[in-house]
Amino acid sequence: MSATSYGWLVLAFPLAGTLIVALGWRVLPGRLPGWIATSAIFLAFVSSIGALLDLLDHSEDERQLVDTAWTYASTGNFKAGLTILVDPLSVFMCLVVSGVSFLIHLYSVAYMGGDRGYARYFAYLNFFVFSMLLLVLAGNFVILIVGWAFVGAASYLLISYWYRRTTAVAAGIKAFVINVIGDIGLVIAAFLILDNVGSLDFLPVFQNAHDHFATNDGTLVAACLLLLVGAFAKSAQLPLHTWLPDAMEGPTPVSALIHAATMVTAGVYLIARMHPLFELAPTAADVGAIIGCATLLFAGTVALVVTDLKRVIAYSTISQIGYMVMGVSFAAYGAGLFHLMTHAFFKALLFMGAGSVIGAMAGIQDMDRMGGFRRAMPFTFITFTIGAFALAGFPLFSGWFSKDEIIAFGLHRGGGYAVLAVLGYVGALLTAFYSFRMVFRVFFGDPAPEAAELERGHLAHGEPMNPTTGEPEDTDVGFPGPEHYVAERAWPMKAAMGPLALLAIVGGYLAVPGLDDVIEKFLEPTFQDSRFHDTAPTDGAEVLGLVAGGIVSIVGIGLAWVVYRRRPGTTARLVERFPRAHRFLGRKWYFDELYDSTVVRPFARFGGFGRRVIETDFVQGTIVGGATGAVRAGSSFARAIQTGYLRAYALLLLLGVAGMTLYFLLNGS
Amino acid sequence: MDVTWYLVLSAFIFAIGVAGVISRRNPLVVLLCLELMLNAGNLALIAFSRMHGSEAGQVFALIVMVIAACEVTIGLGIIVAMYRNRLPIDIDEMSELRG
Repeated sequence: MSATSYGWLVLAFPLAGTLIVALGWRVLPGRLPGWIATSAIFLAFVSSIGALLDLLDHSEDERQLVDTAWTYASTGNFKAGLTILVDPLSVFMCLVVSGVSFLIHLYSVAYMGGDRGYARYFAYLNFFVFSMLLLVLAGNFVILIVGWAFVGAASYLLISYWYRRTTAVAAGIKAFVINVIGDIGLVIAAFLILDNVGSLDFLPVFQNAHDHFATNDGTLVAACLLLLVGAFAKSAQLPLHTWLPDAMEGPTPVSALIHAATMVTAGVYLIARMHPLFELAPTAADVGAIIGCATLLFAGTVALVVTDLKRVIAYSTISQIGYMVMGVSFAAYGAGLFHLMTHAFFKALLFMGAGSVIGAMAGIQDMDRMGGFRRAMPFTFITFTIGAFALAGFPLFSGWFSKDEIIAFGLHRGGGYAVLAVLGYVGALLTAFYSFRMVFRVFFGDPAPEAAELERGHLAHGEPMNPTTGEPEDTDVGFPGPEHYVAERAWPMKAAMGPLALLAIVGGYLAVPGLDDVIEKFLEPTFQDSRFHDTAPTDGAEVLGLVAGGIVSIVGIGLAWVVYRRRPGTTARLVERFPRAHRFLGRKWYFDELYDSTVVRPFARFGGFGRRVIETDFVQGTIVGGATGAVRAGSSFARAIQTGYLRAYALLLLLGVAGMTLYFLLNGS
Repeated sequence: MDVTWYLVLSAFIFAIGVAGVISRRNPLVVLLCLELMLNAGNLALIAFSRMHGSEAGQVFALIVMVIAACEVTIGLGIIVAMYRNRLPIDIDEMSELRG
């Protein structure tokens, strides 16, 4: 089979899984829907490996394969079809997406076991994986936009999965609206490109771009900035990031899969895929790099003070994606995608660990109430700490290699990029600090009551509460189920976290400077037309960067140790000393308040005006009321005759007949 | 005998029927008066048939009788059904069809 056939199979399995689970939810018993969904994703993963092996059989120049299933539209020179592009970049993304998705499905089989909407959950989850694979396999802008929108819809469905929680529904709407802003940017960008280049297929567009555009051509810069709007909305970069922390209202495996490992990296994929355009529009690429850098610093500071465990990880996701966006924007494609991969491993792992802890806390997510889970949950503790080490960029863990490769590339390009790269080190310090803030606050210290209970062999079982508002909840369909699961007691969760922990450690060895760079070499056919293809920091510079990164990481972890273990009261003193700064960070730089007052409330007021004046007074009062009034007035005579009295009808009939008779008599004579 | 006499008689009977339909409120009587009108028509048909010496008018009269029988059957059925619903049957009280 050729690589494209494997590509179609990669799409077919999750779609089949979606349909089977969604249509058969009534008849599939017990945990069968979960297992069907999991095996569908596993088969997709196997097909991705098939595509990889087949691609490696081709010579390097022929590793960009295009296949069209059918043509949607064909007018003049323009053609749009259901086209997939199988090249190293898309196969790389397929492997990461389907691999991590498979493990998260496996985790969910146990974690969601007590939920009444079990089959619905897996139907959504499979649909998400299908959409994401469609997005990365797309061979033209049309399919890319379709996949892009499907992914947004799947994300909405899964954030609002517990649809009776008002906070979850509000979060879903917020995510969807912001994603649609990105969709619009992407669509307009595609129009601009079609208008100027005359094609929507990726390869012709990329090959012919410089015949149509001069460097920094105004139209192309506009198109690239619009592409960036799409990427920022999907990847939660400033200023479109506010939906991602709220998306933590969804179930924890959803946060792990969609809002950490795969969907939010779609923006990074988009920039990497569009690199020939961004290289022709360096201004737009610079905007991307600056925004990425600003985002990674901003999210890092917020993660220092947020106390909701899942939201800390969410802000760290925003921050890490900032690194990736910065990396691919300054042409460190291999490094950016390498960080995307390692991040998928350790961030999914961290969320799974957080899910296990939240299970042990009976649904509570506030770190202020956690503590001392080290002895009660040894497996979760070890895997979570591995994830935290990888996130912090501790030497020899995967995050160390990938993050510092991005920074080293920035330093190598020099100038403004070097400034951004140095700021990346500041971000790395924050990352190391907040990673171990989580570890120390959750797993060390005096055991929380729930941890003590678990040590005695009993899983805490509290009243179900909404973790955001603290209101009591139901356990019916549309609410979280009454049962909680921890990794120590559910083998599918362990089976998912074990391999991820291993990958979080060894994933980095795919690209050790001076020894091997499997990722760069494999991705080369996609990026060989890049004008920065030969620009790469020397091995020596990279090693130096790694040493610096390692020192920063150790300093950050040490600081966290001093603040949270050595002198436990430090944070309270800091909060007392700088109450305003703490409030500023705790309110997340007032972004939500800003959008609320500038966008949400004006629109709500406009909507209220529309409802009161336009809808009630104008439409209902004037148009509808006027039409009915006219008909009513016009028919009043006809209605007056219809008295309902039989004898009146008979009389009218008689008068009518008499009248006709008279008429004929008079006319006849 | 002149056909005029028959026609005058027929017109009288028809007028009696019309007056009954319009003035009476008991549906049974209204139905009776309808029959009167039909039979007045029959009488005129037969008179003309004799005058012209053709049988077509008599055939028409027979058909009208059959129709009258059907109409009475249905009309009586409706009246009985109404009678079961509410005792004092008054045609003016059944004005649900008012527009």
